[in-house]
Amino acid sequence: MNLFTDGFHQAIELLVSGNASVYSAISTTLTVSSWSLMISLLLGLPLGFALGYYQFPGKTIVRTMVDTLLALPTVVIGLIAYTMLSQAGPFGDFDLLFSQKAIIIGQIVLALPIIIALTASQVESVDKRLYTSLKGLGAHSHQILVSTLVEARFGIMTAAMTAYGRIITEIGISMMVGGNIKYHTRTVTTAIALETGKGEFITGIALGLVLFTVALIVNIALSMLKRRWTQ
Amino acid sequence: MKSNKLTLLVAALALSTSIQASDSLMMATTTSTDNTGLLDYLKPIFEKETGTDIKWVATGTGKALKMGMNCDVDILFVHAPASEKKFVSTGYGVDRQQVMYNDFVIVGPKSDPAHVNGMTPSAALAKIRDNKSNFFSRGDNSGTNKKEISLWKTAKVATPDTAKWYVQTGQGMLRTINMASEKSGYTMTDRGTWIKYMSQKADKNTMKVIVEGDKSLFNQYSVITINQEKCSKANPKAAKIFINWITDSKTQKVIADFRLLGQALFIPNAK
Repeated sequence: MNLFTDGFHQAIELLVSGNASVYSAISTTLTVSSWSLMISLLLGLPLGFALGYYQFPGKTIVRTMVDTLLALPTVVIGLIAYTMLSQAGPFGDFDLLFSQKAIIIGQIVLALPIIIALTASQVESVDKRLYTSLKGLGAHSHQILVSTLVEARFGIMTAAMTAYGRIITEIGISMMVGGNIKYHTRTVTTAIALETGKGEFITGIALGLVLFTVALIVNIALSMLKRRWTQ
Repeated sequence: MKSNKLTLLVAALALSTSIQASDSLMMATTTSTDNTGLLDYLKPIFEKETGTDIKWVATGTGKALKMGMNCDVDILFVHAPASEKKFVSTGYGVDRQQVMYNDFVIVGPKSDPAHVNGMTPSAALAKIRDNKSNFFSRGDNSGTNKKEISLWKTAKVATPDTAKWYVQTGQGMLRTINMASEKSGYTMTDRGTWIKYMSQKADKNTMKVIVEGDKSLFNQYSVITINQEKCSKANPKAAKIFINWITDSKTQKVIADFRLLGQALFIPNAK
């Protein structure tokens, strides 16, 4: 109990005092997670739409593959990303290892299957009459894509939030390909792992509360957006 | 508003790229140099005096050597002399130089359930095994772990890999001492991390040094430059700047002045 209340006090203290390393970890987390989510959405929404809308041979196999990828642990994604981005790996020449870009790449691998799978099921659940009437009106396939996405926007927002939740809490990828470098690739979660490893449990709890606060703010912003849409 | 946010993100990414582009040194190091705060203490001094940026990944010595073999860093700052020599003789590293040392100690509960206080390391380990007292091993191929395994060997005891009382944590040193303390077990640590632990726990500390002062417990830290012939992308120039700086008598004095609870964590011994 003591540890926890102390952690709570220290969290407030860390935030109020403007502790440079804490704010650097928060900004790294936000920068990296925003990029990964944005790119995952750009790639995942059309792919998810295609998977849900079109009928093609092997569709069930692709669907099963995507669903299985949801179960990949982040430490495995981190490890695979490391072997790809290492100087000893195929993409070593790009010099991406131990950079924020490396974390973004790994997190896209994490988030993409979530976006694709959830978008596909949303698209499948949209009233089929929408497609027939759109086609009847002579709509192009990209117009069908857009109006389907608009129709399914709440479900897609849930997909985005689920993916964001996974991205912002992951640690295996950031640790392995980011390297937990202070003021550079240290995210809130790798900082928590470090502080815990150092036995600084109170600082660890404080950082955990910081992460929770950040997630809370993001979610409040999203639900306000949702309310504006429904009005 | 939306485009504002986007600009901000683009700017942030551009900034991170420009940081990478400047002349900087990438180091793989052991957890003890990082967990004790030594590197955080040295970094601003190094960057101010040489104008070179330094970044590091702190991990077990085993993984640090692997990162060196994969050409992912420019320099290593580690403490496993036998593996280091092999690393150099197989051509992965050059210019290995010693920087500082401390010693390993076996720590355990103040009650000392196995009654091994003051024994030699091998006698203590043999008795811990006979008593089946909890022993916490890093189990992660780190420098400390390698040393511990070699001590089991000199005690003529097979490393008790599968024994119930032999707990392999797979965690960093400070975390492992914490686990040993929670479970009233013994563990082996470098003295620097032990002093850090004592300063954290203060009067809540339930552990004490049980075995120390034996010749076999010597713990040497060295730097090794990654061989550019194996790794064309490595930055031996920046590595050389770091080695010259850290072995310089002025910096050596700075290392000696790094103290907690009035005790030096590392003793400089560059040649």
